[in-house]
Amino acid sequence: MAPFLLLFALTFVAPVLYAVGQSFTRVTREGLFGQAGASSGFAGFENYARALSDGGFAASVGRVLLFGVVQVTVMIVAATVLALLLESASARWPGFFRTAYFLPYGIPGVIATILWSFLYVPGISPVLGLLAAVGIDLDPLAPSTVLWSIANIVTWAYTGYNMLIIVAQLKSIPKELYEAARVDGAGPLRIARSLQLPLVRPALVLATVFSIIGTLQLFAEPQVLQAVSPAISNDYTPNLAAYNSAFNYNDYGVASAQAVLIALAAFVLSAVFLGLTNRGRR
Amino acid sequence: MTTTSTPGSTTTSTAGEGPAAPRQEAGEGARRRRGTTVLVTAVLAVVTAYFLLPVYWVVVAATKSTQDLFGTNGFWFSARPQLLSNLGAVFTYDGGIFVRWLLNSLLYAGLGAVLATYFAAAAGYALAKYDFRGRGLVQALVLGGVLVPGTATALPLFLLFSQMGLANTYWGVLVPSLVSPFGVFLVQVYARATVPDSMVEAARLDGAGELRIFHVFALRALAPALVTVLLFQVVGIWNNYFLPLVMLADQRLYPVTLGLTAWRSQVDRLPEFYQLTTAGVLVSVVPLAIAMLVLQRYWRGGLTEGAVKD
Repeated sequence: MAPFLLLFALTFVAPVLYAVGQSFTRVTREGLFGQAGASSGFAGFENYARALSDGGFAASVGRVLLFGVVQVTVMIVAATVLALLLESASARWPGFFRTAYFLPYGIPGVIATILWSFLYVPGISPVLGLLAAVGIDLDPLAPSTVLWSIANIVTWAYTGYNMLIIVAQLKSIPKELYEAARVDGAGPLRIARSLQLPLVRPALVLATVFSIIGTLQLFAEPQVLQAVSPAISNDYTPNLAAYNSAFNYNDYGVASAQAVLIALAAFVLSAVFLGLTNRGRR
Repeated sequence: MTTTSTPGSTTTSTAGEGPAAPRQEAGEGARRRRGTTVLVTAVLAVVTAYFLLPVYWVVVAATKSTQDLFGTNGFWFSARPQLLSNLGAVFTYDGGIFVRWLLNSLLYAGLGAVLATYFAAAAGYALAKYDFRGRGLVQALVLGGVLVPGTATALPLFLLFSQMGLANTYWGVLVPSLVSPFGVFLVQVYARATVPDSMVEAARLDGAGELRIFHVFALRALAPALVTVLLFQVVGIWNNYFLPLVMLADQRLYPVTLGLTAWRSQVDRLPEFYQLTTAGVLVSVVPLAIAMLVLQRYWRGGLTEGAVKD
């Protein structure tokens, strides 16, 4: 117990406190180039005001919200449909398919992004070549499409994982319930809607909360794709903005304020979602 | 699995219900079911292509020279495969730094996950079985730790560690990896359900110390939950990109994920990095993919036991 608490304090409580403290701190540098040392003082909500009034950061928040609404929805729906199909009596070789879908989850997000980044570059990508051959000219790295190219990577990586959570829940449904439903004359679609979906609800809620938290943290994918897509700015996502405030501008106060805002947002969004779904169930 | 195959029925897959001669009711149903099977399987197969295509592509690409990467069909091997020389380049480039990256990843993920699991077991067990002051506060903090994203703490962690002189060292990545709030949470839930108080009491009467009770009895009872925690932690650390990126400046301390991005970012200036990157990705993906396939079943079992509670 003690070692965990010590480490937990060091790696979780302390950074959070430090971030909160830092976010209220103003650093003023003395001398022309700051060579005479820096002094820090209490800044009130100045850093938060700067973070929030910065158009780039606000835009990045809007961007991940849009991303989240579309990507999380698509992914959860896809995962649910795949899980239902795999668990239906009509599916052949469910073990093989399940494994194939889960495979991308074993590939780290960065590596997956590197992999897809090759598939997004014209000249190398056989997919783009194929599309061009049938008359579709697609540039996945253009300003208007790159967000959805990132969404594709995330969907590719996590759909199978979410599907497994749902499949596990489906497997725990007692066989008698299916039999009873069939005796009552329910077809596969009817069983899915009235029996399976309500019973996998907890798994769906869990998967959605994890996905929301994941969306807010979006960092590796845009950061890696930045090398190939000029459309991705330094503040494309909130995390990217915080990273750049800290390491490109050395503005730790604003970076900390941004980090705190991201954490708060993740917390609030998950709590709200959990609250909504719990109320809906009652 | 109840696959419905009707012997002797030579009908095609289309579930057409045209105005043909009236059939027996059962034949009609079987035929429609078979149509559904083909349809479902076709959908599943198409989806498989989506999930496996990038992996297939990297297998093909890793066998090519940079020239062939651009000049030949990306879906098929070129006439001059050179997988071995590409792999050789990966392992020997810059004095074998790729091997070092792999070993670093193993160190961070392996040692980090084992220790994290042990600490999570101890903490979760203590939270479940002992009544002490501040327990509620600790529980609330742990839950907070589960919900607050890791990337939000990575930045302040770096600022903190750089003041302590831990940034840009192995400790900078290893120490944060030892903490798994999710693991503590899971073990706590699991311990409450599977380690009976009576057993702990009985052991105490027999004169066993608290540490001995934990190590001998509790750890064994908690084993299924611990496997899950371990797996999650291994994958979590292995996949973590933000923390090492923030923490490390020295390339020799990089995990393999960071190293490969460093290579990827150089392809514009130095085209030979195409070969290094694609072959490097292949090397790092294949062992993981195999591990995934093997561990899949454990994964599924453990996850829902504690996490999904109705």
